[in-house]
Amino acid sequence: MNARVLQGWAWMLLGLLLVGIASAVLPSPSESYPMYVVGLAGINVILAVSLHIVNGLTGQFSLGHAGFMAVGGYTAALFGTKVIAEYKLMYISEPVSDTILFFVATLLGGVAAGIAGLFVGLPSLRLRGDYLAIVTLGFAEIIRVTIENVEVLGAATGLVGIPPLTNLFWIFFWASATLLYAKRLQECTHGRALLAIREDEIAAEAMGVDTTGYKVRAFVASSFFAGVAGALLGYYLTILTPKDFTFLKSVEVVVMVVLGGMGSASGAILAAVLLTVLPEALRPLREHTGVDLRMVIYASLLLLMMLLRPRGFLGRREIWTMLRRRRETEPEVAP
Amino acid sequence: MTEFVQHLVNGLSLGSVYALIALGYTMVYGVLQLINFAHAEIFMLGAFAGYYSASWLPAFQREPRFLVILSLSMATCALLGTVIERFAYRPLRYSPRLNALITAMGVSMLIQAIGQLPFFMGPSPRFFPELLPNTTLLSLGGVGVSSLQAVTLVSSVVLMIGLHRLVFHSRFGSAMRAVSFDARTAGLMGIDANRVIALTFMVGSALAAAAGILVGLSYPRIEPTMGVLLGLKAFVAAVLGGIGNVRGAMVGGLTIGLVEAMAVGYGSSSYRDAVAFGILILVLIFKPSGIFGRGAVVEKV
Repeated sequence: MNARVLQGWAWMLLGLLLVGIASAVLPSPSESYPMYVVGLAGINVILAVSLHIVNGLTGQFSLGHAGFMAVGGYTAALFGTKVIAEYKLMYISEPVSDTILFFVATLLGGVAAGIAGLFVGLPSLRLRGDYLAIVTLGFAEIIRVTIENVEVLGAATGLVGIPPLTNLFWIFFWASATLLYAKRLQECTHGRALLAIREDEIAAEAMGVDTTGYKVRAFVASSFFAGVAGALLGYYLTILTPKDFTFLKSVEVVVMVVLGGMGSASGAILAAVLLTVLPEALRPLREHTGVDLRMVIYASLLLLMMLLRPRGFLGRREIWTMLRRRRETEPEVAP
Repeated sequence: MTEFVQHLVNGLSLGSVYALIALGYTMVYGVLQLINFAHAEIFMLGAFAGYYSASWLPAFQREPRFLVILSLSMATCALLGTVIERFAYRPLRYSPRLNALITAMGVSMLIQAIGQLPFFMGPSPRFFPELLPNTTLLSLGGVGVSSLQAVTLVSSVVLMIGLHRLVFHSRFGSAMRAVSFDARTAGLMGIDANRVIALTFMVGSALAAAAGILVGLSYPRIEPTMGVLLGLKAFVAAVLGGIGNVRGAMVGGLTIGLVEAMAVGYGSSSYRDAVAFGILILVLIFKPSGIFGRGAVVEKV
């Protein structure tokens, strides 16, 4: 382990500590609306960074992130209503037991979504071109239609009674885990292979990169984190409806990645936060005009971005490398 | 047996609409390698163009009202399609394909969002006027063919024959096929690719508008989001037939329509939307290039 890896872990621990303190001091999301929005932004960050692994690093286009989110969300929610609400772990207090089981639930959600990702990715990632987009889109629709028709999952009215266990600490924990994964991935063999596939798939294959294998693994990892985000969302809202996982949600995540800059994790974070807060900031406008302009603004932003600045906010740069470079070059300039 | 033939009739009339929309997807994909998500919105605008022209223009109260409104809506959408191509897709002709795809999604979202604003079409559904009487035209041994089904089938068959003539037996058609085969070489042979692409959008959009009117006739509830699901299914039809292949889109559309009608008839109607996507996944696993595809093309260095 080199210094940079330790640095990453150190930042994460520091962040967790700060969030732990902050969530103890600040009002909880269920009490204050701004904190609630912060939580939503965190969940969107997980989604955006996980899609960044597939879209930004590997250059594949997935349009079904909401589908994986739904798989994870409903799996975890089912676990929550059937197990956490009914049983407790022995010998420990109730809050601790709930927390442990909640962590298991998020993991379960992630694993379920990861398995779904394997089944979707394996056939479609063998092919080049837009097939992944087509299949993931179809998959997400199938998932949604199935949920709408299964009574156990609450059908169209939604699955209610999920214990409200998601707090800012857990959201931040998973967001930073996702980010750390994406960031570390970029610097190891697997990530290098992904970057090679993004730049030129044929050349990568000629250099001996197992393109399908690497693509599928990246896709499974991305689905895993999407599932975790879905699980967190379920325990955050305490209700899940199929309407949370429409095609529009998938598009929203894609927009975050694209606006931030394809290939930039920090850009994805930036865009995720911005796109969560923007509708709230536009609320006065909506009240003033009586018209919901949110989608119009979303779509125009996306179009303008594509036409005027196709590389997104940050392109492929990362905020932390920009900062580090400045720090590293300063001493040379000083004397 | 009677039941089966009835489902067959329903499926064919539904499938011909899918085929009309799928043609637009497949032609644009052929010349640009772009999934034109905005195509579903053109279809929706086609239905609304019909709705507005029927309610605003009293001169069209006389027969042949249906044909006048159909051609008016087709012309409007042909224009819209070319405008979209000119201002959203042409500036991105030489940028990565992903950007064009995202732009297509952006255009689709924008049209939907603007359509839902109260001073345009509004979020609540409207009811398409009854342009033609809905009667049972033919009844043979328990199988009924309604006049609307007949009109849908006849109009789409006429349009598809026309398109087939255009693509395979005209100068423009051969230019289009040349561009779709290899745009650069076609350019070297003196074909103005931009013009061909614009015309392709025009033709595809006109077909989508016709589909919009036909859907409006049979399912009178029209709303700004009506294009999403139908468009996706039509796109699946295009993939099923082999994307980029004009005959494939027709066959694919009819197949999806038939399978869907059978699924609704013999299974449960609640899964009707999942059927098309199930077919899609099966196709992509077993024959990704589709029924009429050129075979999985492996790129060489």
